Amino acid sequence: MKISYYPGCTLKTKAKNLEASALACLDLLGVEYEELPRWNCCGAVYSLSDDDLIHLIAPVRDLIRVQEQGFDTVLTLCSMCYNTLARANDLMKNDEVKRGTINDFMDEEPDYKGEVKVVHFLDFIRDEIGWDKLKNSLKNPLEGMKLAPYYGCTLLRPENVSIDKSNSPVVFEECMEALGAEIVKFPGAVECCGSYQVLGNPEAALKVSHNIISDAVAHGAEAMVLTCPLCDYNLGHRQEEMLKKYDDAGALPIFYFTQLMAVALGADPKLCYLELNQNISREYLKGKNLLEEVSA
Amino acid sequence: MTDVKVEIKAKMIPIYIMGKKYEVPETLTIMKAIEYAGYKYIRGCGCRGGVCGACSTVYRKPGSYKIMSGLACQTVVEPEMHLTQIPFYPALRSSYILEELTGKPEEVFELYPELFRCVACNACTKVCPMDVEVMDYIAALKRGDIKAAAEISFDCIQCGLCASRCMGELPQYHIAQLARRLNGRYLTPEAEHLKTMVANIESGRYQESINGLKAMDIDMLKETYQSREMEPATAGEDWTPKENIGL
Repeated sequence: MKISYYPGCTLKTKAKNLEASALACLDLLGVEYEELPRWNCCGAVYSLSDDDLIHLIAPVRDLIRVQEQGFDTVLTLCSMCYNTLARANDLMKNDEVKRGTINDFMDEEPDYKGEVKVVHFLDFIRDEIGWDKLKNSLKNPLEGMKLAPYYGCTLLRPENVSIDKSNSPVVFEECMEALGAEIVKFPGAVECCGSYQVLGNPEAALKVSHNIISDAVAHGAEAMVLTCPLCDYNLGHRQEEMLKKYDDAGALPIFYFTQLMAVALGADPKLCYLELNQNISREYLKGKNLLEEVSA
Repeated sequence: MTDVKVEIKAKMIPIYIMGKKYEVPETLTIMKAIEYAGYKYIRGCGCRGGVCGACSTVYRKPGSYKIMSGLACQTVVEPEMHLTQIPFYPALRSSYILEELTGKPEEVFELYPELFRCVACNACTKVCPMDVEVMDYIAALKRGDIKAAAEISFDCIQCGLCASRCMGELPQYHIAQLARRLNGRYLTPEAEHLKTMVANIESGRYQESINGLKAMDIDMLKETYQSREMEPATAGEDWTPKENIGL
C-alpha cells in the first residue's frame, strides 16, 4: 500500500516529534508513503465567514497537488491540517457555486471537484491497518500505562469531517488500547484546549487547558496522548505557567500518540524526538522502562 | 566592393506608454520602444541583458483583463499594448547582521512575520518575469525549509513584481534573499579548496607573479595573455593545467 502524505508546516519545525514518530510507525507497519510535492500551508484555520473563499485557496491547491501526484487519498497527522483540508474538500465536493468561483480563480490549475479523500492517521490505522494487525506488531506493549487520549476539537467537529461519532468517539481509545495501555476516559477529552486564544487571550486559554489537565488527573491518568501541535503547546508546554498560577494544578506528562505508538512498535527512540517534550514526559517513560536515557 | 543600401522599414504599431499613445516599429523591445518614443533612461534601464531586474514592466493586451509582466529589455512590443515600467518597488526590507544570525527558521519568521500572511493565491508566481515558483519558496519558508527556498528562488532578479501583486503584502524577493544568504553562510558546507586558495594568497604565494605582471609593458602583457595555457575545447573532465599554481 502506498499513500500520499501531507505533513503541515509545524511538523517540520516545532513538532518534529509528531512527524518523525508517525513516519517511523508507518515504516514498521509496512505502509509506503510519499510526501506531497510542492505542498503549501493548509490554511491553518478554516474560515467561518461564509463568503471568505480566498482562505480556501491554500487547502484546495494542496488537494489538487494530491491528484497531480497520482493518489486519491491523502494522509494527515496534525488535527488542524486534517480539519482544514477535509472541510475545504467537503465544500469543493458539495457547493457547486463556490467550487466554480474557486476553480475560476485558480486558472493555472486543473479544476477540482473534491475527488480526493482526506484521512487522519488515527482513522487510517483503524480502517486500513486494523487494530488486530497493530496489536500483532507490538514489540513493547504499553502495559501498566494509564493514558488519557485527548481528541480536542478538530478531529471531531464539525460532524461532516469527524473521524468518528462526533459525540461519542472511541477511535483514539481503541488505538491506545490496541497498544496495550489502560485507557482513562474523561469528559475533558473533547473540550477545546484554548487553541489560538493563547495569542489573543492567554489567560482564558490557560484556564481551559488547566480544566482539561485537572480533569484527566482526577480521573486517574498518568499521562495524556494527543494529536495536535497546538493542543500540545497549550496543554504541555504551558504546564509550568499552569502550575504557577493554579494551586490545585498537577503536572501531567504529554505525548503525541504516535510517539508512544513508535515506542510500542519498537522504533528507534531517537525518532520520537522526546527532547521536544517536557522533562516529566521523558521521566515518565524512563519510569516505565521504555526509555533508557534522557537525551536532553 | 560596392556599397549596397538596403532600406529596412519595420511596420509601425501603436502602443500606450503610461496611457499615452505612440507609434513605434514593431520589432523593438519595450525598452527600445520607450526610448524611440523619446524617453531618456537615467535609472531603470540596468543591464539591458535580462538579468538585473531593473526594468520590470507590466502591460495589458487589448480585449483582456489580464495584467501581464516582463522585462522591458527582453519583451517585444505588440500592437495596442498598454504598459508601464516599475523600476523599483518600495517593499519593506528588514535589517539584520548576517554574522549575528545562525540559520534557524525562527530568524526568518522574526525578520519577516508577513510570511504568514500568504494565502497561496499564486499571484506572485504568475507575475514573475523569471518564471520563479515564488509561492513555492514562500511555502517552503513557512515550514522552515530555508535550503529549498534558496534553491527555488535562485533565478530571482529582485525586480519586486511579486511584491507588487501580493494581497498579503509580503516582500517575497527580500525574504528570498535572506534565505539564500542564510543558506550560503550557514547551511552549505564550506568548500575546502577555497580555504586552501585563500591561505595561499595570504601567504604571498602569488606576489612575485603579480609584481612581474605589473612591471610588464602593454605588448609584453598581450603576449603573455595570448600564450597562456588554455583548456582545450576537447579536454576531458580530468584535465589539469601543466602549471598548477592554483593549488
